[in-house]
Amino acid sequence: MEQPFRLKAGGRIDRTRPLRFVFDGKGYSGYAGDTLASALIANGVHLVGRSFKYHRPRGILSAGAEEPNALVQLGLEPRLVPNARATQVDLIHGLEADPVNCWPNVRRDVLAGLGLAAPLMPAGFYYKTFLASRHLWRHVFEPLIRRAAGWGRVPEDPDPDVYTHRHLHRDVVVVGAGPAGLAAALAAARTGARVALIDEGTEPGGSLLGQTRTLDGHPADQWVAEGREELSHLPEVLVLTRTTAAGLYDDGTTVVAEERLTDHLTSHGGHGPRARLWWLTSKTVILATGAHERPIVFPENDRPGIMLASAARTYALRYGALPGKRMVLFTTNSAAYESAIDLQSRGLRVEAIVDARPDPSGPHVDMAEALGIHIHKGCAVTATDGRHHLESVEIMLLSPDLRTVQAPRKLIECDLLCVSGGWSPVAHLYRHAGGQVEWNAEVRGFTPVPGPGLPRVVGSAAGTHALSQALERALTAGAEAAREAGFGDGSASSAPRVTETDALDGMDLWRVSDQPGDGGRAIGRPGHLSFVDLQNDATAADIDQAHREGLTNVEHMKRYTLTGFGTDQGKTSQVNGAVILARAVGEGPEAARLTAQRPPYTPITFGTLAGRRVGGLLDTVRETALQDIHRDLGKNGGAVFEPVGQWLRPRFYPKAGETMDRAVARECRAARQEAGLLDASTLGKIDAQGPDVVEFLERIYATPVASLPIGKVRYGLVCKDDGMLVDDGTLARLEETHFHLTTTTGNAAWTLNWMEEWLQTEWPDLRVRLTSVTEQWAVLALSGPKAREILAPLAPGMDLSVEAFPFMTWRAGAVAGIPARVFRVSFTGELSFEINVPWRYGPALWKALLAKGAPLGLTPHGTETMHVLRAEKGFILVGQETDGSVTPRDLGLGGMLKTKRDFIGKRGMARSDLQRPDRKVLVGLRTDDPAQVLPEGSPIVEAMSSARPLPMLGHVTSSYLSPMVGRVIALALVKGGRERLGQTLQVPLEDGDLAKVTVVEPVFWDPEGKRRDG
Amino acid sequence: MERIPCPHCGPRPLAEFSYGGEVVPRPDPEPADDATWGAYLYVRSNPKGPQSERWVHIHGCRRWFTLTRDTATHRILDTPLRKEEA
Repeated sequence: MEQPFRLKAGGRIDRTRPLRFVFDGKGYSGYAGDTLASALIANGVHLVGRSFKYHRPRGILSAGAEEPNALVQLGLEPRLVPNARATQVDLIHGLEADPVNCWPNVRRDVLAGLGLAAPLMPAGFYYKTFLASRHLWRHVFEPLIRRAAGWGRVPEDPDPDVYTHRHLHRDVVVVGAGPAGLAAALAAARTGARVALIDEGTEPGGSLLGQTRTLDGHPADQWVAEGREELSHLPEVLVLTRTTAAGLYDDGTTVVAEERLTDHLTSHGGHGPRARLWWLTSKTVILATGAHERPIVFPENDRPGIMLASAARTYALRYGALPGKRMVLFTTNSAAYESAIDLQSRGLRVEAIVDARPDPSGPHVDMAEALGIHIHKGCAVTATDGRHHLESVEIMLLSPDLRTVQAPRKLIECDLLCVSGGWSPVAHLYRHAGGQVEWNAEVRGFTPVPGPGLPRVVGSAAGTHALSQALERALTAGAEAAREAGFGDGSASSAPRVTETDALDGMDLWRVSDQPGDGGRAIGRPGHLSFVDLQNDATAADIDQAHREGLTNVEHMKRYTLTGFGTDQGKTSQVNGAVILARAVGEGPEAARLTAQRPPYTPITFGTLAGRRVGGLLDTVRETALQDIHRDLGKNGGAVFEPVGQWLRPRFYPKAGETMDRAVARECRAARQEAGLLDASTLGKIDAQGPDVVEFLERIYATPVASLPIGKVRYGLVCKDDGMLVDDGTLARLEETHFHLTTTTGNAAWTLNWMEEWLQTEWPDLRVRLTSVTEQWAVLALSGPKAREILAPLAPGMDLSVEAFPFMTWRAGAVAGIPARVFRVSFTGELSFEINVPWRYGPALWKALLAKGAPLGLTPHGTETMHVLRAEKGFILVGQETDGSVTPRDLGLGGMLKTKRDFIGKRGMARSDLQRPDRKVLVGLRTDDPAQVLPEGSPIVEAMSSARPLPMLGHVTSSYLSPMVGRVIALALVKGGRERLGQTLQVPLEDGDLAKVTVVEPVFWDPEGKRRDG
Repeated sequence: MERIPCPHCGPRPLAEFSYGGEVVPRPDPEPADDATWGAYLYVRSNPKGPQSERWVHIHGCRRWFTLTRDTATHRILDTPLRKEEA
């Protein structure tokens, strides 16, 4: 028979739309509107998984986000979803789900025997046993345990779905669309405020969707429908369902929520995002996140068929699926009687109510008695039986101190045990915002402590369980939140009349022993485990042990026993675990502390968090005007690029079949013997002007500025206030109060921003304007002995002779008919012209230069050749020779520093430590083996010895094979390096070898500088 | 997303800004001894509570400004004034 536990009528499912699905390899049917859990219950399937550590059979405990047991694996590669909560998975046609933690299937799990070994595996067992030998752990135990424990499988292939983010500003955001949230949203929205109401469920209504109350004399769902209808007509209201608030951020102003868009659709055509991450920034936030019913910790409380009382009622009333035929209710409060009464009315036979209170009373108790339900007062469930499903429970009388039990034992046959140990308000988001919770003896739960600037909390999340009161307070909160945001006068309409349930009269029963009194130390019968955290198989005995071993802080206990970890983050175990620990210490629940709660509230897939920022959209890629030319150049598919900051720069241009080494050697030779051409457009460029620009630059640069005449260029050093070099570049004086500055490619944005900081915060009196012109000027560096010969015919109006256009000057004029600024600066040591033209003319200039130059041997080169050429000359590269702890003096550039006037870094450099004679300074290294390239960063030692730590003299900063020098060259920072010139030092290599090196001057090419004028 | 009150552009999303750290008064360099200069360079008060700190509207108007933020709650306790209001 199909769906034998499905009621003939009732519930919010569509019986005209049957759906087929597969669970654990077997086919079933359900209806549209079901969750996977409700469909399984309708089919009488309760065994849905195995537990994490002991592989015990587990069933569905809850009907919502708090579910610890019913985790399933969904879908097929590449859309595998691990550890989905069956209680929140919308049933779709063709859904394939598998249980986790079992093999080959949930009934015949080969590791089920682990449960018998439970007494041998107390808390800390893994730490104590398997970590005794690191080697055994890594190679034997860890792989075995990981395979046995498992949980779900993650997909191996890239996620084919797209995800998106959306930002929205609201006046009021209400989290949770149960009765309180709906009421608060209505009250706020009626003022005209922009309201967002979000809920994790498939429709608003929350607990009202699965109960039998009336509001203003009508069924509760009618009130919900009217509320939805009213909200839908208000243009400024956004209602999001299947949207889980993951966290509350930014001083409680921003709710970050995941909206699941397509998982509930059988087919969505493969387009559109799978999920959307909402950033809801709001003037006021109202939390109406409800409460989770608390399980009771008693021996063998984990069998399939043991369910939270409210969940059982939800399955029957909302989904029309009966979770059993004969039930027992084990409760500490009267509210749970309502579930038993409702379930009995739907055809379930209530065999007994086991009430821990010795003297329960109230309307629902009377009602239950009137229905002929037997109530065992002052009793507790002390054991359960049944292999794959509950078959009976054992009850005993609680002793007056509740710590032990008394005979006689009584067995009751049943297939459903509903439990209710009270309610735990859901205050996760409140705690994300910095709010505190404390034990509330009246509510018997941890409720939010109100505080300034914290979100409003309404409904059972605030401990307001009585529906009429919750609605009234929520309406007020909604109106007041709107008023705070500037809407309405704060007055709210009156709440609907409600058939009220019993007040939250109950008692605390934190733990049930199954042993007759022996001083309260009894743990239980052998093998009878009392689970606190079902997902992690953490028991009350584990918490006892944590306490015995001195772990009395709840955070320590959590990490030792795993209570509160996992995909459910302890939603049903946190309070029980904390109070059991407090009691072990000898305190009451008021002394218990809850572990920190952090986002996300329920797991979010990484794709949602990444949103659109994946693949090519992960980061900005900057390209120069010549990128297409670089790509096309050469027969082998163009340049090989490398990222430099956000820029993509050509590293080298291989000809067909050429290796990198050969291409770089060819490019280097050309630049030294004929001419080389480099796209230097990525160089940072700043236009600085204003009446006070000279004063400003004098303060910024460690090198002199004021004495620079118009038309000339100077090398400049930039230090921070600590005296360390952070950037270098050139300053060209265009006019009296107008400069063209260059920075390194990687530091361009930082340097400009840093200059602005000084200008705006420390020296606002200086009249200076700084403008980035990096992407206004394309720069081609033409360098080599034939540079003048190549450029001359293209710049007929420009006298390029040494006399007319000397080194370190700049000229304006036309190059290839393009207006240009030409700078005679050189990063290669060769005769060099850096030609700046408007960005879009870069390609035209490149083509013109190559047309003239190629016959003369002009060869384009990339950054790798640039590095070799500058290292041959001993020119430093900021970020390569420097690391934030290197001063200009360390680099041999001390002679360039201003001695008289102040500049940023002057005072820093004067610090005593920076004067030490044994500071690491820049030197060259000559390797004994002419072909031994030294890995950058290699340490340098005097000699290998047994001293530990081995004294280090410095490190290699650059090392290349120089085709022109004909051997490997290297730059290094070495302690007291100038005094070590000629010394032989050693560089330990990764393979254990030692490279012998001789300390030399850091200039390997043209030390006299004869080549710079051509 | 939290909004930062830019004195030039008004409240804008946090992502448009860059953080400039605690405001530390710069001592007069010449008379400052090494200890004073070292403290200026490296010692930060790292309070739990209100802190005077610099921000820059880096992806906007590039305006640097100072505001007071409670480091425990991220609440911004004052609004930097526009130049013309100062």
